Amino acid sequence: MELNKREFLTLSAGALAFASVAGTSGIALAAVEPTADEMIKAFTSGAAVGEGKVSLTTPEIAENGNTVPVEVSVESPMTADNYVAEVMIVADGNPNPGVATFKFSAMSGEAEASTRIRLAQTQNVIAVAKMSDGSFFMDKKAVKVTIGGCGG
Amino acid sequence: MAKSKPRVKVPKTADAGEIITIKTLISHQMESGQRKDKKTGELIPRKIINNFKAAFNGTVVFETVIEPAVSSNPYIQFKVKVPESGEFKFTWTDDDGSVYETAKKIKVG
Repeated sequence: MELNKREFLTLSAGALAFASVAGTSGIALAAVEPTADEMIKAFTSGAAVGEGKVSLTTPEIAENGNTVPVEVSVESPMTADNYVAEVMIVADGNPNPGVATFKFSAMSGEAEASTRIRLAQTQNVIAVAKMSDGSFFMDKKAVKVTIGGCGG
Repeated sequence: MAKSKPRVKVPKTADAGEIITIKTLISHQMESGQRKDKKTGELIPRKIINNFKAAFNGTVVFETVIEPAVSSNPYIQFKVKVPESGEFKFTWTDDDGSVYETAKKIKVG
């Protein structure tokens, strides 16, 4: 199916409208999908989250919200008793804020991974790293999205 | 929809203990469950790849839990420290239970 630019824009706008309606009045949706903060709390079990160590790389402006490259790397020696266990990525302005969770092992060598994600609108992307000793670190980057990538 | 085809790039050789970069891509529409059918106005049900695993000689070394926010044709790049020659096995799991697999050998030394 050919999707021309106008149709694409209409669809995207529709998706954005849907997302914002859901955000303001859609309690049903909110009840199903936890917010980004809730997801982070569930991930850390309420433990304090430090700054630093994690570096999240995203473009400042994403022209196409359908494929936004993100890269995360965490400072760690990555030895058998001191490594990065997991890194959760959430996007606080998506209808479903969960993006992906990378699970590393001591065999990773370096805690670094990248992927491509969808962003519905301009928002923050947050990476929370869980270390093998149970401590948490995070990084946050704002991404401006020109065309949302959730519905269209 | 065409069958999901995995593509993986692993170096053929490496030094012992070298940290290598692995790039993976699988063709998949990653239907987010947020889109509506244009004709009927009904939500198109979610169908995504929800999990990716990379195992080296039988041990899982890297795993990703994937949510609908990951783009279509999900691309994942990560690193692995290779101690010895062996085989990487990559597994993608679909919402519908299908499993897509591929494997690559690496020679160390």
